[in-house]
Amino acid sequence: MRRLMNVTPNRGGRWLLALLPFALIAMLYAMASAQRLAVNAEDKVLPSLSSMVQTLHRTALEEDRRTGERIFWADTKVSLKRLGQGLAISIAIALVLGLAIGLLPMMSATFSPLMAVISMVPPMAILPILFIAFGLDELSKVMLIIIGVAPCLIRDLALKVSQLPKEQLVKAQTLGASTWQVMLRVALPQAMPRLIESTRLMLGPAFLFLISAEAISADAGLGYRIFLVRRYLSMDLILPYVAWITLLAYVADTLLVQCSRRLFPWAHEVRA
Amino acid sequence: MSAISVRNVWVEYGEQIVLEQIRLDIESGAFVSIVGPSGCGKTTFLKLLLGQERPTRGELLLDGAPLPDEPGADRGVVFQRYSVFPHLTVLGNVLLGPELQASPLLARLFGAKRRAQREAATQLLDAVGLGESLHKYPAQLSGGMQQRLALAQALITRPKVLLLDEPFGALDPGIRAEIHEVLKKLWKETGITIVMVTHDLREAFTLGTRVVVFDRDARRKRDAERLRYGAVITQNIEVHKRRDKNAVLSSAGRDDPTPPQAPRQDDLAPVLS
Repeated sequence: MRRLMNVTPNRGGRWLLALLPFALIAMLYAMASAQRLAVNAEDKVLPSLSSMVQTLHRTALEEDRRTGERIFWADTKVSLKRLGQGLAISIAIALVLGLAIGLLPMMSATFSPLMAVISMVPPMAILPILFIAFGLDELSKVMLIIIGVAPCLIRDLALKVSQLPKEQLVKAQTLGASTWQVMLRVALPQAMPRLIESTRLMLGPAFLFLISAEAISADAGLGYRIFLVRRYLSMDLILPYVAWITLLAYVADTLLVQCSRRLFPWAHEVRA
Repeated sequence: MSAISVRNVWVEYGEQIVLEQIRLDIESGAFVSIVGPSGCGKTTFLKLLLGQERPTRGELLLDGAPLPDEPGADRGVVFQRYSVFPHLTVLGNVLLGPELQASPLLARLFGAKRRAQREAATQLLDAVGLGESLHKYPAQLSGGMQQRLALAQALITRPKVLLLDEPFGALDPGIRAEIHEVLKKLWKETGITIVMVTHDLREAFTLGTRVVVFDRDARRKRDAERLRYGAVITQNIEVHKRRDKNAVLSSAGRDDPTPPQAPRQDDLAPVLS
């Protein structure tokens, strides 16, 4: 009998084991839901799967009587747009500042301490300031994502760039590279996989900030909807929305991994 | 093709003296091996030549002009590790130098210019034995292959001087012998001046036209005292007519050059107060 630490599942076994916890959770839910509904058919806390499908069908495929939109898709579109804008702007800022701070001692001396302080500011605490400064529209929500995400990306990227072997930077200079060229051809390409990696890690916080901002002030969006229907205890809408948000985040994460593998094969290849 | 002149150079870090009274003239086209025990400032000396460090006293001249105090395209370098860029293919690594020098803004070449450089790069890679691996990444190459790539990458921009910092220290003996041949061939073809730091005395004598030994003064016996003095050049040996005997070099039965005798020179009279 081998030690437990040396027992590894095969391919099929891996799939089975991966699915097991999901199946278990679904089963537990179905049982608990059926039990509650048997006691009280009007129970809203643990709606049956069929009622969730029904609600989803209504919001995703039928036009809303008041706005004429398919709420589910309209919410998704609005939220993804905010998230996309927030992340895109954060990444752009991180690229410029992160590379500069990581590579240039003068920039590092000027901005490293500031970044260390700024990244400690709890973004949710300054949400009211954002609402006051940027109004209740899109801008303040995008700003919240940027303020929450960008400082971490900047610090991480600067760290990565400053950890490039000194030899590489000297070598590039002996090939005739200027500071700009070192940034463009040596630092940037090697920082990109790390940027994607840290963006993946920041997806969770980005969604957190998005939903928080939407919960407090919005007229559409996934977070807005969840907090709106909370008043009616509409678990049949909240649960599918939560699952949908989770799925979106998971897909975004997977896309980033694939993107990194395709664009930067050298960063993933161990050996030929 | 360039002469280097080192004029009474000192390197000091506060109280600690690393190098002192270094005087050395390297003629154009020479292959100078620098040997010495660990921690005696060999690499510091190479960093001086690179422009990565500055002397606290004295000066270094390249073709009569003061050496720039930062690394530049006139001095190529190969380190023991991290000499090639992991994110570029073999071809990309060699093309990088020409691209950097020809295109200041984008650092990339396109069309006919790229094809021309590609041609030159491919030829050089063929010469160092990497013609089959143009599109591999460095992580897919063996250590010896990576150093061949580093040589090609450094030489394609035709620097005046090539600096080697224990370039073959991590390689197996057999592979080392192969790459020695490659290096010797490239050196003869380009006529470039080479300065190589090495641990390996045999390597130093088989490749070098001149072997320079760095060491701390052996007569300063007490450790506390020795630390206050830097390393000096204790031996400067001309390896005669090395270039003409290249055919003999590769044969096995050749007797090794006599290792330097410790108390041969006595230019060690303390100049310090």
